[in-house]
Amino acid sequence: MNPTLQLFLIVSAALFCIGLLAALSRRHAIFILIGIEMMLAAAGLNFIAFWRFGPQPAPPTGVMVAIFAIAIAAAEATVGLALVLVVYRHFRTTNVDQVDQLKG
Amino acid sequence: MNSAAFSIIAVLTLAAALAAATLPKLVHAALSFALAFLGVAAFYFLLGAEFVGLIQVFVYVGAVAVLIVFTILLTRRDAEKDRGFNWSGALIALAVFAGLIWAICKTTDLSVAVTPTRALTVRQIGEALMTDYVWPLQCVGVLLTAALIGALVLVMEERR
Repeated sequence: MNPTLQLFLIVSAALFCIGLLAALSRRHAIFILIGIEMMLAAAGLNFIAFWRFGPQPAPPTGVMVAIFAIAIAAAEATVGLALVLVVYRHFRTTNVDQVDQLKG
Repeated sequence: MNSAAFSIIAVLTLAAALAAATLPKLVHAALSFALAFLGVAAFYFLLGAEFVGLIQVFVYVGAVAVLIVFTILLTRRDAEKDRGFNWSGALIALAVFAGLIWAICKTTDLSVAVTPTRALTVRQIGEALMTDYVWPLQCVGVLLTAALIGALVLVMEERR
């Protein structure tokens, strides 16, 4: 028995929710970035799965979206980690609960 | 595509992702993150998108994971361990997961098997990138340049 589209969607939903868990419940800034990366990867997996299970031969739209998503995720990770470094230099901590100077 | 490979990759990927999300030691979590993205790349190979899988390995396991490890090394003076864990976040994630599973199981025509097809060659991807997707390609180039300059400007020491 071969894996169906449903199984791929379930795996990518699980990956998305693990990323959401990391982004929402960890207090360390780097983990929030890791969670966002996982959610982006889950979305890319969905695009590839729908491209592969769609009518064949399909135009490579899903593959293109996945490639661009990877590039944008890399740019986001670079700027995000630079921001973590700046926040650490300024506040001497990477715990997002203690970075609250703008809080009213 | 066989289901034994699928289950092995699925279990490995999800276990590594869960470890990356919950391990208290930062470096262990970063290495599990790299393992989880290797698993996602294996899924891409399984689905016949070899080029995207290779890009995934190069970008995430090669570049982003190293970047994360370096950031951990540069900021680890006080943050050796991450103790705080917000359980309401876990609750929200579980609720979203339940909602997604409900939606996937409710959709009826998802249980299609894959149809055999010719492999997507790098040549086809390159031709598509240079014809239909040339504007998105240029925009991504500008975005990456802007991100590079922005990251450099952010982390440069202020001089007076």
